[in-house]
Amino acid sequence: MPMVHEDQDRHKGFTRRVLMLTCGKAALLSALVARMYYLQVVEAEKYKTLAEDNRVNLRLLPPRRGKILDRFGQELATNQQNFRVVVVREQTPDLVATLDALSKLIKLSEHDYKRILRDVKRKRAFVPVTVKDNLSWNQVSSIEVNSADLPGASIEVGETRFYPYGADFAHILGYVASVSEKELTGDPLLELPGFRIGKSGVEKYHDNDMRGQAGTSEFEVNAYGRVIRELARNEGGSGREMILTVDAGLQTFVQQRLMSEQSAASVVLDIKTGDVLAMGSVPSYDPSAFNLGLSSKQWNKLINNQFTPLTNKAIAGTYAPGSTFKMVVALAAMKEGIGATSHTAFCPGFMKLGNARFHCWKRGGHGHVNMIEGLQHSCDVYFYDVSRRIGVDKIAEMANKLGLGNRVNIDLPGERSGVIPTKAWKLANIGEPWQGGETLITSIGQGFVLTTPLQLAVMVSRIAAGGKKVIPRITRGYRENGKAFAYEQNEFEDLGIPQEHMRTIFQGMDAVSNNPRGTAYKYRIREEGWELAGKTGTAQVRRITLAERQAGIFKNEDLPWRRRDHGLFVAYAPVDNPRYACAVVVEHGGGSKSAAPIARDILRETQRRDPARTSAISFDAKVDVKNASGDS
Amino acid sequence: MNQRVHYLGRHNPEITLGQKIWQLNWGMIVLICLIAAIGLGMLYSAANGNFDPWASRQAIRFGVGLVVMLVVALVDIRIWFRFSYLFYIGALLLLVGVEVMGSIGMGAQRWIDLKFIQLQPSELMKVAIIFALARYFHGVSQEDIGRITFLFIPLVMVLAPSVLVLRQPDLGTTGMLVMASGAVFFCAGVRLWKFALVLAAGLAAIPIGWQFLHGYQKNRVLIFLNPEQDPLGTGYHIHQSKIAFGSGGVFGKGFLQGSQSHLNFLPEKQTDFIFTMLAEEFGMVGGLVLLGLYILLMVYGLAISLRSRNQFGRLLAIGLTFNLFLYVFINIAMIMGLVPVVGVPLPLISYGGTVMLTVMMGLGLVMSVWLHRDIKISRHGVHDE
Repeated sequence: MPMVHEDQDRHKGFTRRVLMLTCGKAALLSALVARMYYLQVVEAEKYKTLAEDNRVNLRLLPPRRGKILDRFGQELATNQQNFRVVVVREQTPDLVATLDALSKLIKLSEHDYKRILRDVKRKRAFVPVTVKDNLSWNQVSSIEVNSADLPGASIEVGETRFYPYGADFAHILGYVASVSEKELTGDPLLELPGFRIGKSGVEKYHDNDMRGQAGTSEFEVNAYGRVIRELARNEGGSGREMILTVDAGLQTFVQQRLMSEQSAASVVLDIKTGDVLAMGSVPSYDPSAFNLGLSSKQWNKLINNQFTPLTNKAIAGTYAPGSTFKMVVALAAMKEGIGATSHTAFCPGFMKLGNARFHCWKRGGHGHVNMIEGLQHSCDVYFYDVSRRIGVDKIAEMANKLGLGNRVNIDLPGERSGVIPTKAWKLANIGEPWQGGETLITSIGQGFVLTTPLQLAVMVSRIAAGGKKVIPRITRGYRENGKAFAYEQNEFEDLGIPQEHMRTIFQGMDAVSNNPRGTAYKYRIREEGWELAGKTGTAQVRRITLAERQAGIFKNEDLPWRRRDHGLFVAYAPVDNPRYACAVVVEHGGGSKSAAPIARDILRETQRRDPARTSAISFDAKVDVKNASGDS
Repeated sequence: MNQRVHYLGRHNPEITLGQKIWQLNWGMIVLICLIAAIGLGMLYSAANGNFDPWASRQAIRFGVGLVVMLVVALVDIRIWFRFSYLFYIGALLLLVGVEVMGSIGMGAQRWIDLKFIQLQPSELMKVAIIFALARYFHGVSQEDIGRITFLFIPLVMVLAPSVLVLRQPDLGTTGMLVMASGAVFFCAGVRLWKFALVLAAGLAAIPIGWQFLHGYQKNRVLIFLNPEQDPLGTGYHIHQSKIAFGSGGVFGKGFLQGSQSHLNFLPEKQTDFIFTMLAEEFGMVGGLVLLGLYILLMVYGLAISLRSRNQFGRLLAIGLTFNLFLYVFINIAMIMGLVPVVGVPLPLISYGGTVMLTVMMGLGLVMSVWLHRDIKISRHGVHDE
């Protein structure tokens, strides 16, 4: 049968071809299995990691910023709930209608509309977009009440810094503001929207301490980035609470008292511990304004103000110390063997050096004066006389010892060092040799000498402490997890000044305030046991012309503000058993009579409150100051 | 006519309907149901543990497909033989139909909306072409097959629908049509050197063909060649598919636990990428089990084709089995990044009506070949007897 044969042949050929085809299929299927093995066994770990990366998003939770407390635990900087209204696009049928309804309750500018619509367009439909920040409680409640008419809008709560004492503490605490491009360190925390860091003051100096540890939240997200659920949460740690040395009550008093002047600064120190009890600088500013965001108009007003409200004049203002410098000269003179009582100088109202006349502030002169009288009357000629004998370098040496001419390294940013001139200094900085007359000018705290109010307070403290190297500080320690840690402080070292020298200075300063013929007798403290010992100072900001001197009239009040003399006063109290030191500088105050009454009032209030002896926060442990991560 | 046909069979090839039902390939049917059940489970998972919208509808389609398969299986193979060209021409006309509809302003379309099903003529053509070729080669003798003139008609039969499908443009289906046809040519006994020639010509034509590819098609090929170049753009699908696949590991993440699938990182998880989801949730073990079931199904087809006593049945069974193989291979290779993403679904598993219907029809035909394995058909057709 040909057909059967043929079909059998065909079948044979077919079978052969099918076998070949099947081998091909088997090879291809083996390739599939091999690929499966490669992906699911060999590379499985890699893909498991990739799948987890896909699935899990990590979000940083901003830590709660540590509070700032005064020495008694009063809150100086806290965190306040900050309400903002947000919209979620996918939850509203008509975004513009919702915004229109919102604008009836809170003001929304044309600019706000633009920004919101732009943000909404950029972000995914389920991401909330801030409509307005920093809502008042009234606004929040009116939005909540009307929520039925506001589809897609809701209230979110954040935290913002709050300063209960406002401007009174602005210079000490500083302020926080958004992180600028330059301040990014790679720490992702800094890149969180709305994160704020300290920009000045304690907020800046102890920023790292107060910042705390960021928490994390692990979210499962889908391919569109929508959060499905939270997988894990680590709350992180809130920042340290900084405990300052300042007494909030005294600080408020000082700041208010200084406001009797247009521009002034003052520092109150505890001479036993170096604690800054108050540090005033006037005028001041509202630190919350920075937190909420300053308009350029407000900013320009602040920086163009001639009274420089943004500068903490107590540490960053430098002034010629005037006659307050005379204790330094007196101590230097005694060290060089000039007797406090054995040596006298005759003051006819001026001293001649070569062709130049160097005047005493008192036209008629003081006659014969010794050192104590020199201080009491603030006789310029006496100090001209001794400075000429010892030379400027000896004066500078003593000035440095007492804390002038160098930063005292207070734990605040922005401190300035001032200037204490020496012969070498002038040659190096001005390029000219020292002139003899300049020594005389230096001896009355004029010329090149520049000091900060803080340095002056340190100087008085070191004197009042009987020659101890008092080092000021503004932070006592911190509280973390409910435990308070005190920064350890070494005993102040002795400056090596003989006690009899110190007694001479004490007598002189006592006489200034408590001798009826002293220059500040008028501004003494009358309360028994609280009496102060002080020293006046007037720093000229210009030369008095011969014509003016001959006319005999150069009333400061008649001059424009910028050209009036600075008024200074340094003091300690109580006079018998010193505890508090104070320095006051009134910019262009017209002389020491502007500063002395302020210093008197401050020291009286200080002793009334007596913060050094009132029990403050007690500490659980001591830590090395180096633990503080001051980043100034 | 039966009396005039010579046969060496051990039993009477003509059997009653009852016998046919008894002789139905029940093992194969169980296998098909098993694969479909896995598919329904995956669709249930793809909808995050819901029968809607996919699993429920797919179950109905499978039910309809099962009936179609059984009916097709029971119909006498000689009737299929008689209607094979008609079927082919019908499918070809439908293809032309969508092409015309597309060109008269209804946009590029691949399907005809029949309300209850969106019919894709290109899917029908996958069966129809094998029908037509089996019929053609059945009538060509061993000697004639060596002659080039006898290859002209079948080549036209393949090229006509291929060009139409390519114009849709559907690269995957075109490839499958050409390769399945090639398998029929191969098994029919066309000389090997001719295949070599076509292959060489094909390779030479690649640079020319490249010019005709659409932008997205070129992209797919480029992404396939270098998948890392754009993991968030065009390479996203295959990148995420590989992550899902690999992260399943040996035993998988568990039913409904595939993070890639359920968080929507995996695209098209109910259609082309359903095997990825299976591999993510059941791991390599799950993937191998399903692959094993497919291989068993193909072994059935292979055995049936070898057992058939007529060339038409043999070619039909081997062609349809090869078609099944192509679906499975291209789909799985595609989602594992072995071949470019061309849009070939996984038969019996991927969500989709036409594919389900045509695959079930194909399997019904294979069964029909089995039930009528001993029937002899003359080289010149039934009518000539």
